[in-house]
Amino acid sequence: MNTLVKVEDVFGGYTKESIIKEASFKISQGEFLGIIGPNGSGKSTLLKLMSRILFPQKGKILFKDKDITKVKLKELCQEIAFVPQDTLINFSFLVWEIVLMGRIPHLKRLQLETKKDFLIAENSLSLTDALHLKDKKIDELSAGERQRVIIAKTLTQEPILLFLDEPTSHLDIGHQIQILDLLRKLNQEKNLTVVIILHDLNLASEYCQRLILLNEGKVFKEGAPSEVLTYQNIETVYKTIVVVNKNPISSKPYVVLVPKERCPQD
Amino acid sequence: MSTKIKILFLSIILLAAILLGISKGSINIPIFKLFSKEYQPILYLRVARVILGILVGAGLGVCGVVLQAILRNPLAEPYLLGTSSGAGLGSIVAIILGISSIYLPFVAFFGALLSIILVYILAKEGNRIPVQSLILAGVIVAIAFSGLIIFLVSISSNPAMHGMMWWLLGSLQIYELKLLFMVAGIVILGIILIFIFAQDLNAISIGEEEAVHLGIEIEKIKRALFLITSLITGVLVSVSGVIGFVGLIIPHIARLIVGPNHKILIPATCLTAAAFLVLCDMLSRSLLPPLEIPIGVVTSLIGAPIFIILLKRKQRIK
Repeated sequence: MNTLVKVEDVFGGYTKESIIKEASFKISQGEFLGIIGPNGSGKSTLLKLMSRILFPQKGKILFKDKDITKVKLKELCQEIAFVPQDTLINFSFLVWEIVLMGRIPHLKRLQLETKKDFLIAENSLSLTDALHLKDKKIDELSAGERQRVIIAKTLTQEPILLFLDEPTSHLDIGHQIQILDLLRKLNQEKNLTVVIILHDLNLASEYCQRLILLNEGKVFKEGAPSEVLTYQNIETVYKTIVVVNKNPISSKPYVVLVPKERCPQD
Repeated sequence: MSTKIKILFLSIILLAAILLGISKGSINIPIFKLFSKEYQPILYLRVARVILGILVGAGLGVCGVVLQAILRNPLAEPYLLGTSSGAGLGSIVAIILGISSIYLPFVAFFGALLSIILVYILAKEGNRIPVQSLILAGVIVAIAFSGLIIFLVSISSNPAMHGMMWWLLGSLQIYELKLLFMVAGIVILGIILIFIFAQDLNAISIGEEEAVHLGIEIEKIKRALFLITSLITGVLVSVSGVIGFVGLIIPHIARLIVGPNHKILIPATCLTAAAFLVLCDMLSRSLLPPLEIPIGVVTSLIGAPIFIILLKRKQRIK
């Protein structure tokens, strides 16, 4: 498989202090990669570095063998899109206007959208099952509907790589599965490379082909869910006692939490 | 109603406002009589006032739209952020130093730019600018600069300065036609430049990071837009003084009518704000003839209650 992103000895953070400390890994084209780790381990920072919100303090991030800090931002955004945790929009834009904003990286200023752009936007809305929301106002939607519209906007960018920062954390289990199923479909049918931060280890285990477990700004372990989600790894990183079973249907690892009072005394 | 009909509707309102603005004043003259020879000087004066009213309205309205979008703050506008007072102070200093009036707009622009930078630094808390602290910083700068204006006017030995209190309250009286043309050129150019960024403003109003993910070089664009709004505000204040609340209330009204899409919102704001200001000026001339109420008083009396309503509605921009 082709390497799409290469992270080489990257240090990075918001201030002078590094949150990410010497991270190195690769992302292959067409893969479904999960990033997991405890709070403060640097998951969001890593995603912000890879999507050029933050610049690395040290090291390099290559996209298609080019340093992303040296590529024109607009060109980068024609291929990379980003879905945040939750988008609170204060202005009552119509869903259709929001989705069309996904064409911004492909259009010049003042250039009007053509039939092709409208078609792409409409197609994205039907992919995320949100076409019926087209004429609604964004601030009148439920959290699940809003997230589907935001994903439609990013698909309208026609990316080959999609970053998602806990896109399902504000959603109920039904909507969580709906969004992850959609991502899997896009991954399989459109060969969209998906890099997603997930808090829920079982969702990560179920949907991701490969996982990167972060701990204190470093890659603690990477590999298939069965290699990463072992009770030893989880207990070391999360400092919580767990039992790892197998999901009876998919036979993927299944993490069961063990409350402290039930733990045998050391 | 489709967007086109709404824009047409707003244009008709502006046209009506222009006709009212020309025919009403300290004396009412029917339109057709105005075109007769004996009334020509009055027609001439009133047309100039109406043109300045349109420019001031459209300019301040669009500045409000831009500031509200890039600061994602429903209460941002040149007056409440102290930009207008900065421009006023710049103008007064220029007059005291005896700088030729043709350079006045540029000195005012520097005053405006200075105050917007000052407010930005005062209000910034880490990486974000909270709504309340921005308005607080703006009002403090506005009060401080207004105080300086009063001080400078009162100690000035130049007798002409004592009639200059209108800087604080605004007036659409034209004292130099050349200046009006220059102001018109700069304001129209500024609005066109802002319109070029309409889609960027849409993306930025969703969120700064979201805009970056759409390929928008947000820091560069924000800087350019601060510069353009300071220029428009400075130039306008140098001829009309400080006129408050136009940039606050009109963008909100325009958003209620046409929605938040800047491609439509900017033209709609121009039309609405121009009509609003021409009508306010008409009121200022005709309510207590032969006295003229300063136009800033009229806009404040209308704007302040609306400001309170918006403040109570918290952060939401509808």
